[in-house]
Amino acid sequence: MGIAVQNVNKTFGDFKALDDVTLDVPDGSLTALLGPSGSGKSTLLRLIAGLEEADSGTVLLNGEDVTHVSVQDRGIGFVFQHYAAFKHMTVRDNIAFGLTIRKTPKDQIRARVKELIRLVQLNGMAHRYPSQLSGGQRQRMALARALAAQPNLLLLDEPFGALDAKVRKELREWLRNLHEEVPVTTIFVTHDQEEAMDVAQQIVVMNQGKIEQVGEPKELYENPKTEFVMGFVGEVNRLGDALIRPHDLDLSLTPIEGGEEANVERVSHLGFEVRVELSLANGDHAWAQVTRKEDEELQLTEGVSVYARPSRARKFQGAEAQGDDGASAEELQVA
Amino acid sequence: MTVPRLSQLGIRSVVLFYLTFLLLLPVAMVFYRAFEDGFGVAWDTVTSEQGIHALQLTLTTVAIAVPLNTIFGVLAALVLVRQNFRGKAILNSLIDIPFAISPVVIGLSLVLLYGPRDTAVGQWFFQHGILIIFSTPGIVIACIFVSLPFVVREVVPVLHEIGDEQEQAAKTLGANWWQTFRRVTLPAIRWGVTYGVVISTARVLGEFGAVSVVSGKVIGETETLPLFVRQQFETFNGAGGYASALVLAVLALLTLVLMNLINRRKEN
Ligand SMILES: Nc1ncnc2c1ncn2[C@@H]1O[C@H](COP(=O)(O)OP(=O)(O)OP(=O)(O)O)[C@@H](O)[C@H]1O
Ligand SMILES: [Mg+2]
Repeated sequence: MGIAVQNVNKTFGDFKALDDVTLDVPDGSLTALLGPSGSGKSTLLRLIAGLEEADSGTVLLNGEDVTHVSVQDRGIGFVFQHYAAFKHMTVRDNIAFGLTIRKTPKDQIRARVKELIRLVQLNGMAHRYPSQLSGGQRQRMALARALAAQPNLLLLDEPFGALDAKVRKELREWLRNLHEEVPVTTIFVTHDQEEAMDVAQQIVVMNQGKIEQVGEPKELYENPKTEFVMGFVGEVNRLGDALIRPHDLDLSLTPIEGGEEANVERVSHLGFEVRVELSLANGDHAWAQVTRKEDEELQLTEGVSVYARPSRARKFQGAEAQGDDGASAEELQVA
Repeated sequence: MTVPRLSQLGIRSVVLFYLTFLLLLPVAMVFYRAFEDGFGVAWDTVTSEQGIHALQLTLTTVAIAVPLNTIFGVLAALVLVRQNFRGKAILNSLIDIPFAISPVVIGLSLVLLYGPRDTAVGQWFFQHGILIIFSTPGIVIACIFVSLPFVVREVVPVLHEIGDEQEQAAKTLGANWWQTFRRVTLPAIRWGVTYGVVISTARVLGEFGAVSVVSGKVIGETETLPLFVRQQFETFNGAGGYASALVLAVLALLTLVLMNLINRRKEN
């Protein structure tokens, strides 16, 4: 089901949590809401769910205005960061909850629960209580519960936030596969750019209650529209008023055209990638990401003089000063 | 916790000593005195017409006051914890008034409001032939007043602790207010409610001060079990008084056991 959020505002007291937010989410897509803490991601997600009401603006689901439709009637599935498992119910009853509420016949419930337990790989755990499950298992149960009544829309608020790094990685791969298997329109919140890039087809970058940019992962990385997006979706160096990704900084031992002289301060070998920290003649600091092969050729060590030249850089003008489009970006190709 | 063994024993002795002289021995004395001259007197007093009537009145009062306060208590706790509105702090302290005022004053305040003389409310009931003071309704109202905060105070902390995420989850799964309450909230606060019911019941069973003011103590009419106990002593029937007091104690214990059983059953 496609979602359209139009000119939505939301304040808590005198704090503006959402500031004139407009967003389109295509039917069947897998979208990430990405942004720093407090940027309004959860608020936007909860507003789409109907758990929060907008001060102004409209929310359309499948072209239908649902701004004043209650959560119960929006046909959504919601997954909470801290699982929100029904503690006094077994896994089976948790998953069956939405169906029981809808007075689905018992044999249908049984069949559906069985199917879901297999889907989320909780075989043999149907009669356990949530307290007898690990965090990852609890979250998979919560997912099954949200999917049970076949929602038109699946909303997840930092679903993997409370889990350790390894389980997180497993679950996000699993979520991507699930979406291929059950292609329901899905929005998930995260403040981890790698997670967003890895899982989502479309990323919505939020900052201070506003949407900074919407795009595919690659598009955001290659063509960030604002300085904030450029900094949030990857690493950056600032040289004067230009922003450069560390892998776009070429190093040479001999002077090159457009290159600036720099001193190597530190070299860290991080497996495949080598991180070279530089201090420039004008006092600026930067770091370059080079491959192992390049590093072997250059034989960089602390104290060596090199010439650094950006192969690609960006400049942003007036992040706030400009009109509706926000900032305008200008790409500089050097070389 | 690595308290040295000796001091552990010391603490334990203090607690035991305290309990023995302030709780166990007095109750044991009641037992002893009730049956000192055999079971005859005790049995006759408890099963006398007056005794039975007092027991019935007390049970009626419990049967009305406790359910009403349980429903009100759970609703009030939900309002206090889950809603935000101006004047919430005032409502919160209002609920504790019965804890703060002496039962005798509570009784007097009810006589003033519902008695036929002083207020329009009292006069309205009087004109419509409804007797409140010196009658069963007055006793029930007094008991509701004194036991009002118990359920609220037991449920509020539990509601805080469970948070509202489970309730939100239920809503996203299509549950309306009542379904959410019955299937998610109530099971989670069950032990708090149980405990509130048990202490409310004990309080209503034993209430003396407020009831003695509003009841008028009409023997065989508006006499609850605690009033009956008192009256036995006034008429020098000590053994009968102690025996009736034991009936009260047994009723309170039964409530405790019953509520525990109900909960255990639900858990399976
Ligand atoms: N119920 C509320 N009452 C008051 N302020 C709130 C409420 N909910 C959110 N806020 C405020 O609105 C802002 C946005 O909150 P939101 O939860 O949407 O952020 P978020 O992007 O999800 O952050 P996080 O990554 O930390 O979860 C925050 O500053 C928060 O303090
Ligand atoms: Mg959040």
